[in-house]
Amino acid sequence: MKSSYYQSQDLKKFKNISDWSPELGKKFFDYYNSVFEEGALTAREKSLIALAVAHTVQCPYCIDAYTQDGLQRGVDKAEMMEAVHVAGAIRGGASLVHGVQMMEVYNKRSM
Amino acid sequence: MPTKSLKAQKSILASTQKQLDLLSDGIFASGELPTFSERIAVQGESSLRPRKLEILQMNIGYMCNQVCAHCHVDAGPDRKEMMTRETLEKCLKIIETTSVHTLDLTGGAPEMHPDFRWFVERAAALGVKDFIVRSNLTIILANKKYNDLPEFFKKHSIHVVSSLPFYKKEKTDSQRGDGVFQKSIQAIQMLNAVGYGQPNSGLLLDLVYNPSGAFLPGDQQALENDFKKALKTDFDIDFNQLFTITNMPISRFLDYLVASENYEEYMYALVEAYNPDALDNVMCINTLSVRWDGYLYDCDFNQMLDLKVANPVQHLDDFDETLLQDRTICISQHCYGCTAGAGSSCQGSVV
Repeated sequence: MKSSYYQSQDLKKFKNISDWSPELGKKFFDYYNSVFEEGALTAREKSLIALAVAHTVQCPYCIDAYTQDGLQRGVDKAEMMEAVHVAGAIRGGASLVHGVQMMEVYNKRSM
Repeated sequence: MPTKSLKAQKSILASTQKQLDLLSDGIFASGELPTFSERIAVQGESSLRPRKLEILQMNIGYMCNQVCAHCHVDAGPDRKEMMTRETLEKCLKIIETTSVHTLDLTGGAPEMHPDFRWFVERAAALGVKDFIVRSNLTIILANKKYNDLPEFFKKHSIHVVSSLPFYKKEKTDSQRGDGVFQKSIQAIQMLNAVGYGQPNSGLLLDLVYNPSGAFLPGDQQALENDFKKALKTDFDIDFNQLFTITNMPISRFLDYLVASENYEEYMYALVEAYNPDALDNVMCINTLSVRWDGYLYDCDFNQMLDLKVANPVQHLDDFDETLLQDRTICISQHCYGCTAGAGSSCQGSVV
């Protein structure tokens, strides 16, 4: 067993998931590549969305991959940090909005 | 930011042999990654051979007013190597007598060469189709005597190719030094003012993008669109094309890769991004690079590694176009830099 659950070099082996399920692997990577093509959103915009989502799902592979992808696309540090704050705001907001539920329960059960 | 060349610092990597050793040891010696020679063999190419000679790239000296962190030349104010007038004259002879249609002057800052203007006037008079000067932009503002360079370039229809690593200050200054961005912008505005980069002026101003770190350049067209939009909005600047150039793992960039512990990851990225289509269009197949002392190389990168052409003709004194064509191009692992992704050359991506 490796000394850590996450190994940075495993990112390079991502494509190996197709080895045990070629058909599904192919479908996934075809879909993945299509998602990131230029469309109504630019590939650059999609890269920043991916970076924000990577922080939301707290995937170290994705953070590594989309920080490097952003660098290649000329995304600067201010843009990257703003994207991370978008993730933070939604995550924080997702907790806080449940405060309404807490308040309602509290009020209902209180005299 | 470095203030002196690796040579002046007496750095280990100032030695071309040490650089070549590093590029052949470790992950390549262990077989973890294929050598460039092994990789092209997979594609059925036992070697790379030149096609017709079209571009003469002259490195007329290593002196530069800047000390950029990524410089593959290890150029700087402390570098004194300069091409003599006698050697410059030999190059004029080649332009006159060979199939060369593009002349590409580089350095260092070629404008700092004392015979720069003398040479440009003579070479321009020979009527090369495309006469490129690689200007670092800040030289135009470095001293009063250079302030009229835009007019001088215009007079001789020079095709100006200039480095601007990014359209914002932070990344440009981190690679090229404090204040470089602001001076570069001012210099481009001076070039624009005499007609460079303007529609229908015939005066070409292309910019060069180098990644400011251990990553590969993104899509050339997308970056060009971003550069054009930002530079127009922020500084009312126009230019023609953006060339994306991959940083080569040699000299100061190699030193940076090793010091920042990015070397292996960077080599992995280059090897993984190998593009067989780029191999057909690498610049060494139609270019010859001349060093300040008259020695000949397959490209400017091989020049910096002192990999002289593998041919009985190795110096301008013995120049023979036909003999030179019959050679194998010298390769090592730095060549992955030219075949990664969309490929890389002094004219940007190649596929």
